[in-house]
Amino acid sequence: MNNRIKKLREQSLSATNKISVERAVLITEFYNSNIPKQVSIPKQRALWLKYFLDNKKLCYNKGELIIGERGFEPKATPTYPEICLHSIKDLEILNAREKVSFKVENETKNIYTKTIIPFWKGRTQRERLFSQMSDKWTDAYNAGVFTEFQEQRAPGHTANGNKIYKKGLLDIIDDINSSINNLDFFKDEKAFEKREELQAMEIAAKSMIDYAKRNSDFLFSLANKESDKQKKLELENLANICLKVPANKPETLHEALQYYWFVHLGVISELNPWDSFNPGRLDQHLYPFYKNDLEKGILTKEEAVEILQSFWVKFNNHPAPPKIGITALESNTYTDFALINIGGLKPDGSNAVNEMSYILLDVIQEMRILQPSSMVQLSKKTPDNFIKRTVDIVKTGFGQPSIFNSDAIVQELLRQGKSVEDARNGGASGCVETGAFGTESYILTGYFNLAKILEITLNNGVDPKTNKKIGIETGNPINFKSFDELIVAFKKQENYFADIKIKGNNIVERLYADYMPVPYLSLFIDDCICNGKDYNNGGARYNTSYIQGVGLGSLTDIFTSLKFNVFDNKNICMEDMLKALAVNFKGYEKLRNDLIYNTPKYGNDDDYADEQAVKIFNIFYDSINGRPSARGGIFRINMLPTTCHIYFGSVINATADGRKASDPLSEGISPVQGADTKGPTAVIKSAAKIDHIKTGGTLLNQKFSPAILKTEAGLNNIVHLIRSYFKMDGHHIQFNVVSAKTLKEAQKHPEKYRDLIVRVAGYSDYFNDLGEDLQNEIIKRTEHESF
Amino acid sequence: MEGIVFDIKHFALHDGSGIRQTIFLKGCPLKCWWCHNPESQNPKIDSYIKYNNIDDVPIKNKITVGKHYSVNEIIKEIEKDTVFFDESNGGVTFSGGEPLLHTNFLKPILSYCNNKNIHTALDTCGYATKEKLLSIIDNVDLYLYDIKFIDNEKHLKYTGVSNELILNNFRLLSEKNKNIIVRLPLIPEINSTDKDIELLINFLKQFNNVSQIDILPYHNISKSKYKRLNIEYKLPEVEEFSSDKIEIIKQRLIKEGFKVTIDI
Repeated sequence: MNNRIKKLREQSLSATNKISVERAVLITEFYNSNIPKQVSIPKQRALWLKYFLDNKKLCYNKGELIIGERGFEPKATPTYPEICLHSIKDLEILNAREKVSFKVENETKNIYTKTIIPFWKGRTQRERLFSQMSDKWTDAYNAGVFTEFQEQRAPGHTANGNKIYKKGLLDIIDDINSSINNLDFFKDEKAFEKREELQAMEIAAKSMIDYAKRNSDFLFSLANKESDKQKKLELENLANICLKVPANKPETLHEALQYYWFVHLGVISELNPWDSFNPGRLDQHLYPFYKNDLEKGILTKEEAVEILQSFWVKFNNHPAPPKIGITALESNTYTDFALINIGGLKPDGSNAVNEMSYILLDVIQEMRILQPSSMVQLSKKTPDNFIKRTVDIVKTGFGQPSIFNSDAIVQELLRQGKSVEDARNGGASGCVETGAFGTESYILTGYFNLAKILEITLNNGVDPKTNKKIGIETGNPINFKSFDELIVAFKKQENYFADIKIKGNNIVERLYADYMPVPYLSLFIDDCICNGKDYNNGGARYNTSYIQGVGLGSLTDIFTSLKFNVFDNKNICMEDMLKALAVNFKGYEKLRNDLIYNTPKYGNDDDYADEQAVKIFNIFYDSINGRPSARGGIFRINMLPTTCHIYFGSVINATADGRKASDPLSEGISPVQGADTKGPTAVIKSAAKIDHIKTGGTLLNQKFSPAILKTEAGLNNIVHLIRSYFKMDGHHIQFNVVSAKTLKEAQKHPEKYRDLIVRVAGYSDYFNDLGEDLQNEIIKRTEHESF
Repeated sequence: MEGIVFDIKHFALHDGSGIRQTIFLKGCPLKCWWCHNPESQNPKIDSYIKYNNIDDVPIKNKITVGKHYSVNEIIKEIEKDTVFFDESNGGVTFSGGEPLLHTNFLKPILSYCNNKNIHTALDTCGYATKEKLLSIIDNVDLYLYDIKFIDNEKHLKYTGVSNELILNNFRLLSEKNKNIIVRLPLIPEINSTDKDIELLINFLKQFNNVSQIDILPYHNISKSKYKRLNIEYKLPEVEEFSSDKIEIIKQRLIKEGFKVTIDI
């Protein structure tokens, strides 16, 4: 890493996460003006973006090769009052909270009190959303049966395809105009609506060209003041790039990356979509430019790496927008989930690994920063050499890159009806979410607390935390004669809550389609322009809505324990079991001992337990998969938690697997922390028993001690382990390679481990930034040591 | 047909090539002073009491070491891991204790593996009658053969038995040209003198079927196991080897033309 990058990296690492009030001020000014009153909602949103880009403060970080900050400096993070309005108390919490905090200046609070809050109170998407929900929905939400992803952040969950590398925004504007020209005002009753949307897209596209021009002027003015000849030249070069892209299609690697960054910046300024935005298959996109630059002799490998490293820093400068309340609990991290995909398959089905794939791995290893996240797509066609190079980085222990099964991703997408080329152009974004890049809107709508639903079932519809009846009566479990009766009751209860969630989602989807279109994002996802429809209104070629199941491992162990201890072996009757759970095992320590140590558990390749996992998975799947959504899409499931397994655990009393009240649930499809005692092959076998192809992503976490990866043979066997899992259609696996000892030390002396990055669940995070409960959980996850 | 197994390790990485499943059979005719698996020595099921701390209440648990397995049950366990064997060129390793104590039990399992093309390895101390060894000799693909001492007096003292049978069986395997990896547990001050190594080299040089020597350096980790099982720990306090010292021995063996690994 050269000095330039070292400085930029250090600047990014040491920057304070802070709230920038600029966006809130500008949007309030804009909506107070007369402009929005004259035009339709899509145009309001486009003109808003223009207003923001025309007026926001520009920022150039000395030495950087890619320009553009959302805030006025690195990690200055805006708020989005049109979605979620922060109260003064919220701002104070953001400022004071121990983890994932944002510094809030007094001036910001003053502005909020005087102008932001008075203007937006009663007009936010969050208030609109909550006011539209039924009492049943609200009860379930408050009890922690599910979360609502769109209460504080807009839908997003998509990744860029390769369009921008072939078309400048001027070309895209041409596409918009031909789409407008093709509108049929005689037969198409939506023609007007479409024209409004398309014209909004054009405004948005032009506003980004103008913003690039502003940056260019700014860089030229800096160049004029620069006395160092080399630096002057660099500034002029970047200024010229900003004149060329995004207006025109890029022709060099540098132009391609700067173009992407303008796209990214626009998407995350327009609204606060989940998972920010994602460059997707970056090695595939960049390789032709890299090759061409090399052939022309206008770029060296070292220069390419330098530009890429500067690009990497830009992601790290942009933390996820501040989250509060339940949203903060379900995704408690600064990470904003841009997940760079490397490797995989070409559209023709051949191996896609190229020289750029290896260069990106080098960059990841050398940069060693939180953002962007990175992953490697491994297909059966991927050479071993590439996956070994990947594991080489994994073993350095910062949780990146994670490893995905391309062949499973393609199968998942094909099953959902995508074309084979669109499927092969796909990958995973966010944590583990499968998508067809550049053509699909695949929004996550909320986590679903399967274990809480079992708790409600065991209490005949009542939430024992509040003694409120929030479910349906499915029978007093004391009277259940067989385990099957329990399963039937659970299924009824699960279907009841799935219906509530889906009904809520279909209202939320319309709220976003009607009130919060995203004409800028719609420029980049096909076929929004062709359809004359917004991304948030089903404009994409494929529209999928996900509900994310949480706690499969815990739920399996609870069911297994009830089957084993209550029904099959009659070690204890249901009544006594429920009593023990109600008192959090106080006085039932012997029982708890047996539940933990002498009861079969998921994660050990034991069919007795694993069969329950399959049953639960299928109940969840059947209740959601294939149902229509309100923007013309389809509901599907995936299995991932981010940090929601902690929150969901906190709302559940003691459980029959020996878990105590409020303890975290298991994450993803991983076994309960510490329950897998037969090593990683057994975990993989258990996890592969559910049908991953029916999901849009599953998450499996494995923790290894560094010792196992020390030798060549150890490394080879990890590769074999991954390949075996993928042969069984496993979707994703990630590794924490760090000893429990190191983690405990880090907990005691956080100051010494500022750079310790660990894998959490679908993403990496600084160990220091994790809550103590999550830290403990990561320490507890089985360490597959000393084999 | 039943055998007593005290552990089955999946994802075993050090008992042959690839990802392996290692099946540990209970009972050993040797009583090596440094034995890492004292629970393997008694051919019968052992048990001990362990207290789990559950919410600050000590809960008594009876832990049994060893479980009866039928041939079919073992085969079921093996079948679970075939996907890993296929992918990694791995297989099954039979260890102990001393697996040659259980040839009647092993024979049908080994035949099953042979029929299914699953690679088999036998981790043995070599102390068994010639007949027992002959009964399975062609069913095993790889022998992981422990040699502790060539000096018989020392062998008798530190393991409790003479090494005559062991060395004879080694010769028998060589005559039949069976693939052998020699496993050398290296115990400071006990079997690691220049003289010990020299004797070992002279013995091994007679044969051409030794594909590798694995050095297994002694680790001071098993004392608590002895205490738990109420077995006397005879090995005096010895300091673990420095990696330099092991490297010297490794280089000496390499010089003699052997392929050598160190199992940390």
